[in-house]
Amino acid sequence: MKDKLFKYLLFGACCLILLLSGGIIYALVSSSVEVFSHFGFFNFIQSTEWDSQNQKFGALPFIAGTMLTSLLALLFCIPFAFSIALFNGEYFRGTKIAAVVSSIVDLLAGIPSIVFGLWGFYVLRPVMVDLGINAQGFGVLLSSIVLAIMIIPYASSLSTEFISVVPNELKEAAYSLGATNLEVIRTVSIPFAGSGIFASFILALGRALGETMAVTMLIGNTNNIPKNLADTGNTMASIIANQFGEASGLKLSSLIAMGLLLFVLTAIINLIAKYIMKLVNK
Amino acid sequence: MENTINTQVRADSESQLSPNSELLLQLKDVSVSYSPDKKAVQDVSADIFSHTVTAIMGPSGCGKSTLLRAINRMHELYPNIKTEGEILLKGENVLDMNPMKVRRMAGMVFQRPNPFPTMSIYDNVLAGYSLNNIKLNKQEKDEIVETTLRGVALWDEVKDSMTKKGSFLSGGQQQRLCIARALALKPELLLMDEPTSALDPISTNRIEELILDLKRQYTIVIVTHNMSQAARISDNSMFMYLGELVEYDSTKKMFTKPKEKRTEDYLTGAFG
Repeated sequence: MKDKLFKYLLFGACCLILLLSGGIIYALVSSSVEVFSHFGFFNFIQSTEWDSQNQKFGALPFIAGTMLTSLLALLFCIPFAFSIALFNGEYFRGTKIAAVVSSIVDLLAGIPSIVFGLWGFYVLRPVMVDLGINAQGFGVLLSSIVLAIMIIPYASSLSTEFISVVPNELKEAAYSLGATNLEVIRTVSIPFAGSGIFASFILALGRALGETMAVTMLIGNTNNIPKNLADTGNTMASIIANQFGEASGLKLSSLIAMGLLLFVLTAIINLIAKYIMKLVNK
Repeated sequence: MENTINTQVRADSESQLSPNSELLLQLKDVSVSYSPDKKAVQDVSADIFSHTVTAIMGPSGCGKSTLLRAINRMHELYPNIKTEGEILLKGENVLDMNPMKVRRMAGMVFQRPNPFPTMSIYDNVLAGYSLNNIKLNKQEKDEIVETTLRGVALWDEVKDSMTKKGSFLSGGQQQRLCIARALALKPELLLMDEPTSALDPISTNRIEELILDLKRQYTIVIVTHNMSQAARISDNSMFMYLGELVEYDSTKKMFTKPKEKRTEDYLTGAFG
């Protein structure tokens, strides 16, 4: 009897979650319909105008801003996350120092986004100014660097897992042929863990795409396509965070449509990563 | 007591272990310890001659694999393991040599077939060269792959599927591929760590035939827990128990007239 009750309870909880997700998607889609029917879907994502006075809205600058900052962050994060993964998963696997490094990296994952934003604003931004990147320091470069630091833990902890499960017998086989440590990593560990490592970086990219607070504080919030790394811009997440409070009508619908696009984009990225990992784990 | 055994072993080896071949590998008081207070292998001394098959037997946990892995310094991959004594390969102490060079001179075949899953059959054979950054041209590569695979009687079975992954082969074929991978570097010595324990009887049989065939060109030290295998393929046998080398003699003599009571008990199945 109790067993049955518990089962129904679990079943009910699961259904509730499904309903909630369905409800969120429904709300996003139904509110986006207005802007898609007004401008047309492709027009909306190709237009660079963001003009409240004339009620003209396009998503391209924000899609570009999001892609640019996230991909750049991914690029910056790769060498660091990869080194940490090799350090913890290969060279110092199972040692105390690896445990210390990995808990520090995990700690990094626990720092709230707003704290990263503050640090970027008060510490890194003046550095950008000193380096002469631009007058105020805000922009794509600043946001990407902070984003990169934020996603390092996600990329590195998963890559570490994949590197540390490379079978010992394969590594021993390579060593027994006279290979050096580096050779074993290059020809055995990385090819074996490769798709898993790739998947963890894709997941990290997914994180970067949706990251809002720190980017909003650092990117400069201008509604243009960034022309270079020093330029300011906006991402899909940051424009929503900046303008949702005072938006209504068509503008609100545009913001929600952007949220829907972002949701679909991150969902696709996550699915790709999960799919690769599933292939690896077979 | 120990010392007397050891001297006896060495005295015997000179008279009976070397039909007409030269000394290739000399173990002198080799000890291996996993922790400071416990030795897994204790003061083992033995001479191994070229073109012989030497079997190391003993119950599980007696240190036979540990001894074998000391020879090509595999223990160094694990910082806690310490090897002491002298291991002379062609008169040179391997413990003083560059470990990469030692491992190229002494190839190893493991318990479970472990071809590199990301490499093709062709690349697996050549793995020793690519791992050591030895550049070969296409013709040299083809030649090494063909002769080595012919040497392990695998060529006819795989010559049309060179680009397939090593994991595409059966267990026995994979193990022969691993032997080929070790032999491609033309080592002085081939160390085999229970190479047939994961294989079916037919594959085991083929590997045993191969070992007998390889003896003409190579010197083989093989760890086995299978006494009848040792009897079938080896010229000389070592019996190890609790980390000690109890007896080392020609296989024929050991299986018919063992000197030590412990050897006799093991061979007759009293323990182990």
